[in-house]
Amino acid sequence: MTISRRRVWAIARKELQEYRRDITVVAAMAILPVVFLVQPLVQVFTIPVSAAAALRHEHALLYLLGVPVLVPAALAAYSVVGERLQATLEPVLATPISRAELLLGKALAAFVPSICVAYGVFALFVAVVEVLARPEIASAFIQGPELLAQLLFTPLLVVWSIWVGIAVSTRVRDPRTAGQLALLVSLPTVAVTTLVAFNIIPATLPMALVLGAALLLLDLLGWRATSAFIDRERLITAT
Amino acid sequence: MAGSGAPALSVEHLSKHFGRRVAFDDVSFEVQRGEVFGFLGPNGAGKTTTVRTLCTLLAPTSGSATVAGLALVPANGERIRRRIAIMPESPGLYLRLSVLENLRCFADLYEVPSPAARIDHALRAVNLADRARDVCGSLSKGMRQRVALARALLTEPQVLFLDEPTSGLDPAAAREVHELIDELRRRGVTVFLTTHRLAEAERLCDRVAIFNTTMRVVGRPGDLRDRLFRREYAVRTAAPLPEPGRVFDGLPAVEGWRPDGVAGYVLAVSEPAVAVPEVTRALVAVGADVLSIAESRHSLEDVYWALIDQDKLADQSELAGRDKLTGQSKLIGQNKRSGPE
Ligand SMILES: Nc1ncnc2c1ncn2[C@@H]1O[C@H](COP(=O)(O)OP(=O)(O)O)[C@@H](O)[C@H]1O
Ligand SMILES: [Mg+2]
Repeated sequence: MTISRRRVWAIARKELQEYRRDITVVAAMAILPVVFLVQPLVQVFTIPVSAAAALRHEHALLYLLGVPVLVPAALAAYSVVGERLQATLEPVLATPISRAELLLGKALAAFVPSICVAYGVFALFVAVVEVLARPEIASAFIQGPELLAQLLFTPLLVVWSIWVGIAVSTRVRDPRTAGQLALLVSLPTVAVTTLVAFNIIPATLPMALVLGAALLLLDLLGWRATSAFIDRERLITAT
Repeated sequence: MAGSGAPALSVEHLSKHFGRRVAFDDVSFEVQRGEVFGFLGPNGAGKTTTVRTLCTLLAPTSGSATVAGLALVPANGERIRRRIAIMPESPGLYLRLSVLENLRCFADLYEVPSPAARIDHALRAVNLADRARDVCGSLSKGMRQRVALARALLTEPQVLFLDEPTSGLDPAAAREVHELIDELRRRGVTVFLTTHRLAEAERLCDRVAIFNTTMRVVGRPGDLRDRLFRREYAVRTAAPLPEPGRVFDGLPAVEGWRPDGVAGYVLAVSEPAVAVPEVTRALVAVGADVLSIAESRHSLEDVYWALIDQDKLADQSELAGRDKLTGQSKLIGQNKRSGPE
């Protein structure tokens, strides 16, 4: 089976055009990161210098990994139910597009803004801390290995959340339910990143490798499972 | 114009069930290339499900079909979809996107070569070239329908499926869509059109199928009338005939008659060329002043109601184990709701 890039991009482009003009999507993308920035920023500016050494055993930066989990889930949750709402599934499914192309197009459309928002939030946090916090605090907060983990885990988490969001979207009738359900289903993932951030799950190299491998596997399985939901008859009759 | 070669659509004993619910059952028909074929039935008759099945969106439960020269099997899905286009019951436009953005998306999905020219062409065909940059959400229902039609014309489909293209439109908007369909016919596009509007089917279609879960009749609108009803003539006289029975009963070409108004009579005749002069002579012989003798034509609507009412009767008697499909012959001579056209 060959994948037509033109068709994948046609779907991705129109999704991005829709997201851009949907105020609820734009609002969700703006609010979620803010929610995640508040707690670590408050901590940065309230903690006494004497506590900086203790801080080195926490990984506050990793707390921000909630962003690449929740933003794509919220976006992808809209992707099928939104089409159902506008009755656009029927004309799309009547074109020669394959299910892989449709799924890739939708995933790409959620991937691009999610990655931008996630990396944007990290960059903002790092910049604020480096510029405004005291050097002792800044060096405790921002550590090389954590930054690397951040960069590598973000796309893995985004992809996983996209599959979760799309899978939820194919089974649900209205966008609000889809959004809430997708966030709910993503909570266990956020719980894991939070436990790592608070050092309850030890953030060691072996643990990073195990978690990375597990995520990669989940991403591949998620692709398979979600493909099965993109079935013409199933999508058309589940209205 | 109905063309040569293999039919555009050929359907044999096709059925679609949703679990125990029958959407349509044992449907067979053919549509020739270049034909505008009407699929006429009440709401819930299974029209949309038939269109979706022929467009490869639903898998049939049983039976077989050829669509645009290809067998309707899952392996051919993509190839069939390349050859057909559909305008679904609701236009299904991305309302936040402009007309152009909508069409651009579909031109890419169909991998249309030189999309800009093609989009321009399709927009001109539906008289919307000046609205290309409008957001679809701001368009009227009729215009949305036309955008959906433009979308279906981005490729040169071998078969174009139109599912109730005028449902929910006001008469003026519906007329515009009718004119567009006429234009398609002139260009030789094969059209499969579903509708529950009788006048629409009669006006637009070369042939019509009357359909209610299963196929009832197929034919040209005029032929259907003739097949289902015998010829009738309406006679008007200046004054009521004192003894109409004595005038009409003895005439060999008149098979039956009934009064119609004060000084009017409807005659069922076998051979108009014989009957009309015969009737005229008989009326003159009894000293009646004849105002008019005219064929009273049945419309497609009469055919439709005759069949659909029959379905209702059959449904009622289904408890008694009667078969819906029998008794088509009982229709002959039955002419409720007939009227001037
Ligand atoms: N997805 C579905 N699941 C179950 N029944 C369905 C489904 N779609 C249609 N039906 C049933 O099939 C019948 C035909 O529906 P439809 O094809 O929409 O009729 P029409 O388009 O002629 O109004 C109806 O009784 C309808 O309830
Ligand atoms: Mg319908």
